[in-house]
Parts: sequence; structure tokens; C-alpha cells
Amino acid sequence: MTYGKKETEKKQEHHDHHGHTEEHFKEKHLMLDPLPRGVMNDMVMEAVTEKPSWKWWTTVFVLSAVVVYCLIYSWYRLIAEGVGIAGVNRPSYWGIFLVNTVFWIGISHAGTFISAILRVFKAEFRRPFTRVAELMTTFGLVQAGFSIFMHMGRVWLAYWLMPYPNQRMLWPNFHSPLSWDLLAITTYLLSSTMYLFLPLIPDLAMARDKTTGWRKNFYRILALGFRGTEGEWTHLRNAMNIFAFAIIPVMFSVHTIVSWDFAAATRPGWNSTIFGPYFVIGALHSGMGAAVVVLAAVRKFIKNMDYFIRAEHFDAIGKLMLIISMGWAYFFFNDYMVQWYGGDKWTKQLLHFHEAGPLGWMWFAMLIVNIAIPWAILWNPKWRSTPWLVSTVGILINVGMWFERYIIIPISLTINRMPFTWRMYTPGIEIPLGIGTLVLFILLYVIFSKLIPMIPVWEVQEGQMAHQLKKFGRETVVQVSELE
Amino acid sequence: MTTLSDLKISEVKLAAEEGGKWGMVIDQDICTGCQACVAACSMENNIPFVGEEDSGYGRAMHWIRIERFWEGEYPEVKMTNQQPMMCQQCGSAPCEPVCPAFATVHSQAEELNLQVYNRCVGTRYCANNCPYQVRTFNWRDYERPEPLPNQFNPDVTVRRRGVMEKCTFCIQRIHKANDKAKSEGREVMDGEFTTACAQACPSNAITFGRVDKKDTLVYNMMHHGQSHGKKHLEELGTLPNITYLNGGGA
Repeated sequence: MTYGKKETEKKQEHHDHHGHTEEHFKEKHLMLDPLPRGVMNDMVMEAVTEKPSWKWWTTVFVLSAVVVYCLIYSWYRLIAEGVGIAGVNRPSYWGIFLVNTVFWIGISHAGTFISAILRVFKAEFRRPFTRVAELMTTFGLVQAGFSIFMHMGRVWLAYWLMPYPNQRMLWPNFHSPLSWDLLAITTYLLSSTMYLFLPLIPDLAMARDKTTGWRKNFYRILALGFRGTEGEWTHLRNAMNIFAFAIIPVMFSVHTIVSWDFAAATRPGWNSTIFGPYFVIGALHSGMGAAVVVLAAVRKFIKNMDYFIRAEHFDAIGKLMLIISMGWAYFFFNDYMVQWYGGDKWTKQLLHFHEAGPLGWMWFAMLIVNIAIPWAILWNPKWRSTPWLVSTVGILINVGMWFERYIIIPISLTINRMPFTWRMYTPGIEIPLGIGTLVLFILLYVIFSKLIPMIPVWEVQEGQMAHQLKKFGRETVVQVSELE
Repeated sequence: MTTLSDLKISEVKLAAEEGGKWGMVIDQDICTGCQACVAACSMENNIPFVGEEDSGYGRAMHWIRIERFWEGEYPEVKMTNQQPMMCQQCGSAPCEPVCPAFATVHSQAEELNLQVYNRCVGTRYCANNCPYQVRTFNWRDYERPEPLPNQFNPDVTVRRRGVMEKCTFCIQRIHKANDKAKSEGREVMDGEFTTACAQACPSNAITFGRVDKKDTLVYNMMHHGQSHGKKHLEELGTLPNITYLNGGGA
């Protein structure tokens, strides 16, 4: 069975007498190019249930092998031998593990941003890719969790950071930003997982009705007996609305709290009051970059996805990326200027070290890939609609944002108020472990693409029902009705 | 009962004026930089030797270090005084609030900054937040070849990998002296005992003692010749308990 393009083409031929404008609309916009619900369901389910090709198995095998070596074996060594096999030293007590933690939390931000904010503001272009983005939140937070636990000297005692009742009445220290961090990330992980699950329920119910064997049981359990009655939809819509609104402040608070790990400390270069919003915008910057890469990959590697994910979506995300890049530039220079203007001698040393030190190239590379390249490419609608180009920009932005965190953590830690201790940081086992988290992130996507529908079909269908093309004289006009 | 109006401004003391219970004066003018204090401290406190490679990479675990600086540009270089640096036992320590597990706390009894080894989970936040960079981390379980284990100090815990540690002002000696004084029904006398670094210093550059009484040696050294007694990074509000004498023309 082949759906998607051919069906679309057939339809277009059929509607040829309507003239070019309508064709133009249909080709461009998913919402104006409706397919029957059953057909779309089949397209999505085919991508999920189709027997995995040898390419898929090879990918899973290779990625799993990398995860076993880089993540499991390296982490075992780290625990067995001590943090000494990593590159951390005095004064860079925090290294790439913390860089990766902040980086992954940043990535996970865009998922919620896309689905919650765009859902709240009813941005129609979000419909086909909310799921892919929400998965990014959950998978990214898993990597962030791994990275922070790798960092700990005695990870087997990590439960001491949790407020649990114990005989000695010992509690975590709620003065510590790390305690806030733990609570914030846990809240975020739980709420984003629930927020991922709620819109998934109708699709799981659909999958249950279309499958047999173990899959049917799998989907039946997960779908929680959803049948699609009016009452169930009302409850589901209410729940999703509450979560969409509630998760937005959570998302802002989490990355602000992550920034307080640095801003609340007495270090030159960290002690900056603008770190909260600066980190939030930085997280969105890297997260949108990652979202566009994931979207391009889903479109390229999963069957029938080119019907759902179109140039218009890359165009829309490209615009967001451009705006966020401008916002990031504003906060970066604001932070830099105010710290420089403060005139503290250690901060001055540090800022000088950032651009003229041995890793000055990283500082300039960060500015080029975070500001210059997005601005040079994303202004052009044609360029930002090209999946490979915009996802290359996305990858570069992520490299740049990783550099940004690297500059904030190990490089800034190199300079402190005790010049006798200044020393460079050279990463050790952090490198395989970091690669391991990245590969696990990809592996989770690869596996889940065969388990759950990657496109929220009901949401697309709902949007298509709300959109209509109307003719007024010679003019074709798009009409959107309020369905929700 | 004291109400707000009973408080007179002159009676409100800043914490800085209170001072701690134990203090130290380091006279940089007579310090020769011989490192005897570093060796004595390592012996007294069971500090592991990390080996050449780790030491060169900034992982030496000494609780006290001698910092050497110079002034001016080459060739007009002038050595400045040696600067022994260890935990300043801050009255308001930046390391304390950031520990998520309460492993670094302020003791009520000794008015010192404690590190609870068996509560430490190794987030290393305290070390990042220490403006003096005097905390050391057990990066690995360092080897102690025979016969080194024979000289362990039985009064001091041996730490394992993944745990932060730092100068304690030889708290085991403080406790010993306290216990002895208590059994004899008196208070600890000034100069009754001293820390390992002060004991080992051949030029008597380090003086340790009580600072909460006006007739003690350390108190008088701190307050005599105010002009050259200074505390490190006092502007951060850390209320350090170590006074440095420098440039007194000794």
C-alpha cells in the first residue's frame, strides 16, 4: 500500500479545474490538503507496524553497541574507579557532565515550548509535530538525569538528595540551588511525561483498533479504555488544556532554576542576575535547533511522513529559530556588557580569558554559529524551508549552545579569585559518556518510532476539519472555524 | 522580654565584629615557604598522596598550600611574600548553603566550618563556591603502599573516593584539649595545644588559639598593628577567621 504522495497527487488532479490558487494552497499547507481520517490512520500505522527493515535493525544494533560501551561500561568504570578518570580538577570542579546536563535540559525545553505554547496560542502549524517535540522533552530529560548522576562523586548515595522520611531526621538542604534543581527537574519530567501521554491516548486507542497480537495488548493497556465518546473527549481536552497552561510556567522556572546553580554562586562570571532569562532563551535556542533536526530526520526516515511534515513546517520553525537567535544575542550581549561594566577585576580577567584565552576560538565559534549563521540563512523563506539546510543550521546552533555552556562552566571556572590555582580543564571519560547520552537519545527515537504513532493523527484531522477553502469570486480564501 | 524598641543601634553588632571561637594569625613576613606545615598537615590528617600525575593536574590534596607570587614584568620581577592558604573557617561560609545534603555545616560548639565525610555525596558545589579554593576532593581511592598505613592518625577518619574534605583547624586536637580541660574542671587555656601546621612551623609564622577572649595571643596579634593585619577577600562578607600579617617590615 502506498499512500501519501500518490493520493495527494490524485486529489490534485481531480481538483484541477479549481485553478492554480487552490492547488497552491493545498500543496503548501497540510491543513488545506485533507485526507480521509481512515487513510491517515493507515498511513501512520503502516509506519509503526511495518516489519522493520535490515537497516533499522542494523541502526538499532550499532546504536545499542555504542550505548553499551560509552554509557554503561564507561559509567561502570567511573563509579568503580572514581571521578579521577574524568577531567575535572581544581579549579574546574564541574566539567562536561554539568555542560551536558544543562545542554540536555535545554534541548528538552523546545519540546514543551512547541507543543504547549503553540497549543495555547492555537498556532495551526504545530499540529503534525507536537508528538515528536514532546518526545524530545522526555528523552532529553533522561539524558540530563544521567549526566547529573554521572557527575556525583558517590552516586550510589544520590537518594540522600530526596526528602524522604528517615530515622535520623536528616533532610536535604533546601538552601541549596541543587536541591531546587532536583525538585524542578523531577516536576518537569513528571509533568512533561503526562503531557506527552495525554494527547497520545486517542492515537493509542486508534492503534489498538488497528492491530493484532502483542501490539493490541500493548496499546489496549496504554489506551486506558478510550473509546472516543463525547464525554471522554471533553475530559481529555480539559486535561490537556490544564497541562498546556500549567506546563509553561514550569518550563520557564526549570531553566531559571538551572541558571541559579550558577547565578547564586559567588564566582566571577556566574554571579549575574540576568542568567535566568538568558538560560531560558538559550535553552529555547538549542531546543528549537534540535527540534528541526529531529523533524527532518522523522520526515526522511519514517514512511509516509512527507505528507504530514512539509516545507511550511520548516518555514515556521525557521522563523521561530531566527527570532530566538535574536533574543539570545540580546541576552548574551546584555550579560556580557553588564558584567564588563561592573568593573570587578576578576570578572575582567575572566572576560578577557574567554575571548583571548587558549579556548578563545570556542567563544568566537559560539557567536558565529549562534548568531551569524542563523541570521544569514533563516531570513530567506526558501532557504529556511529546505529541510537539509535548516537542519544543518539546527545542528550548528546546538554545537554553539554546547560551546556556550562549556564556556560558562569549565572555562569560567578556570579563572577565580585565587590565581595560584588557575589551571586548564582537559576532558577525560566525559567524552565517551557524553557521546553515550547523545546516542541513547537517538536510539530512543528509533525504537519509539516502531512503538507509537509519531504523528498525532487526531490533531491533524481536527485541524483539517477546521480549515476550509472558500471561493469569493476569483479569489480563494482560507477559512478557519473554531472547533475546539 | 526584648521588644524591637529596646534595641539600641549601638548594641546591634555586626556578625563581623563577633569573630569566631578559634582563630589563626599567619605572619607572611617571617614565612620561609619551607612547606613543613604542608607535610605536618598531611601526616596529622591522613591526607592521601595523589602521585605526580594527578598532582600536576591540579588534584593535590593538601589542606594547606604555600602560594608563591611575583610582582612586575620580566625582567623586573620581584618575589612577594609566601602565602600559606587553607580553609579560612569563614563565619559566613559560601560553601555551607550550597550543599544539597548538609554535608558542609557550621558547628555550634566549635564555631568552625565542618565537613561531614559520610554525608558527602560529591556534587562538588561547595568547592566551586569557595572563593579561597581550599577544598580538596578525593578523585580516586589513592594507594598507600606499606609502611604508610602504619602512620595513620587514629583520631582522624580516612576518607574514600568521591568525598570532599578540607582543613578542620585540627578539630581532633581541639576536642582532645576540650576533653582534658573538662575532666580537670577548667577551660582550655591559651596555647595549651596548637594545630599541626603551627606546631611544625620552624619560624613560628603560624599562631593558633582562641579569639573570643581579649587576653589571648592570637587576639592580640590580630589587633596589634591593625594596619598590616588583613583577612583575605573580606569584601565578599565571608568573615574569615584567619588573619594575615604582611608588609610589617619584620
